Amino acid sequence: MQTLKQQWFGNIRGDILSGLVVALALIPEAIAFSIIAGVDPMIGLYASFTMAVTIAFAGGRPGMISAATGAMALVLVPLVRDYGLGYLFAATLLTGVIQIIFGVLKIAKLLKFLPNAVMIGFVNSLAILIFMAQVPHFIGISPMTYVFVGITLVLVYTLPRFIKVIPAPLIAIVTLTIVAIFSGVNLRTIGDLGTISQTLPTFNIPDVPFNLETFKIIFPFSLSLAIVGLVESLLTSRIVDDMTGTESNKNQEARGQGLANIVTGFFGGMAGCAMIGQSVINVKSGGRGRLSTLIAGVFLMFLILVLGDLVVKIPMPVLVGIMIMVCIGTFDWTSFKYLVKAPRTDAIVMLTTVVIVVWTHDLSKGVIAGVILSALFFVVKISSVKITQESNRYFVNGQLFFASTDPFVDYFKYNEIKDKTILIDFSNSRIWDESGVGALLKVEDLLKERGIQVEVVELDAASSKIISKLENVSSSH
Amino acid sequence: MYKHILLAADGSENAVRAAKEAIKMASCLEDSTVEIVYVVDFDKSKSEVLHSSSSEVINLERRKKITKVEQLFKESNVSYKVIFLHGSPGPEIVKYANEQKVDLVVIGSRGLNGLQEMVLGSVSHKVMKRVNCPALIVK
Repeated sequence: MQTLKQQWFGNIRGDILSGLVVALALIPEAIAFSIIAGVDPMIGLYASFTMAVTIAFAGGRPGMISAATGAMALVLVPLVRDYGLGYLFAATLLTGVIQIIFGVLKIAKLLKFLPNAVMIGFVNSLAILIFMAQVPHFIGISPMTYVFVGITLVLVYTLPRFIKVIPAPLIAIVTLTIVAIFSGVNLRTIGDLGTISQTLPTFNIPDVPFNLETFKIIFPFSLSLAIVGLVESLLTSRIVDDMTGTESNKNQEARGQGLANIVTGFFGGMAGCAMIGQSVINVKSGGRGRLSTLIAGVFLMFLILVLGDLVVKIPMPVLVGIMIMVCIGTFDWTSFKYLVKAPRTDAIVMLTTVVIVVWTHDLSKGVIAGVILSALFFVVKISSVKITQESNRYFVNGQLFFASTDPFVDYFKYNEIKDKTILIDFSNSRIWDESGVGALLKVEDLLKERGIQVEVVELDAASSKIISKLENVSSSH
Repeated sequence: MYKHILLAADGSENAVRAAKEAIKMASCLEDSTVEIVYVVDFDKSKSEVLHSSSSEVINLERRKKITKVEQLFKESNVSYKVIFLHGSPGPEIVKYANEQKVDLVVIGSRGLNGLQEMVLGSVSHKVMKRVNCPALIVK
């Protein structure tokens, strides 16, 4: 692991440049995610500022970008709609507290056990939901809306081939906003959906009654937010680890995410987490250190303070086009091949995760369902025991433990055995617990009754140990 | 002669043919070494992380892609080492070759995907244009 000084100042030039690029790419997303959550754009912009700045100091993965995200915005929708802004800030605070507890309890280690199928389902359903959230902003509004969405998409996908230094979405936003203003076409703008205030965020205690009632309202949301935020953050940190060929501290990242959400809650922002897309942009643009994250947050705030009254003039269809690009980038397009090639159970887990998320609009529910389902599949898989016969040698294939004893015993109970002496071969098996030992003794007794001699062979050391231990116990009675 | 040779490998058949040529060149000189360089594409990182359970698995999968090439080197008596770089293939190879001041870059004429090549231009072409040492492009 690098020293703190290296993490901050090991790559000053690259970090400053990439931080500027990320700030520009962050603004449209922060605004779009605020609109998804049903709040003023400022809530997402403030969150992106405070998240990025806090994570720059407290995070465990240098070079990773955290801000207001779609995954978190989606969880917040019902809370904002039913209870309002005060509860959003309170829930953000509580999310931070839960994440810090998770971090202290070293929960990041547990997230290592999240199956790939669930992770793939997570990003795919996230992409689908963000896309669905864009639909009301461009279907059936006006013909010009379709035209602008279309042109935006063409621009963001073709420009990067010719212009590499300036991010294509920024060029699309600037040129199309100018075109929209001067041609006088009638398009909805960001200003129609909310206001941009050119002021810095201020410290506020969330305006909610501090009692059990409030806690009961916000706790389920905060728990979902804490899970979603950590899942996306840890996935993102693995991607940044891989891209940079370095390692990171996952538990520190969990605590950092918590601290960042607490700060964000106090400064009037919505809960956030690490962003896959922005972090990839940061690394690709040369960002490696903590400085890049700090610059991204600070420059974003600076741009809003200076250019806030221009930002409200951005036409919604342009923002929608950029968000469609974000969805396409988020979706894992190798999933279709995965569905065909992966083991059936993995494909089912992936699809289940997606269906539940799209159904409930809550990524945490999909993750939990996916984990439970794959755990069940795992137990079914591990508890299958098959017995194969070669003359008088019977091979046990699979693990022998409490969940797998039935097929083992049943085989010897119901199959006709002609030999007078047989060998039960454990070279492909292992006995894990008392039930396994019990099942073996049961089979020996069963066969003895039928006049068949049994010899157990090829037991590994661990299995022999547990058998002798339990036999001693039973003989001492 | 060429003492320090860089061989770009990407898991394609072309890279295997390039490897054979690199071995020939290296065999001419007693103490020459070949660096087999595999560039992990930034754009593939996300999907590879999603589809593997740990970083060990990812590294194993990548290592597998160059086993054929590595096998050739094991069979010959040429000393070699394997280097994994991260970034976009063309520029990373150029940067590494120039930094390390290698004497020769050996690279297959085309990689895995014909369509990508049409859109993006070939990696070998980019490398040849911008590397400071001679480049051998193997058909």
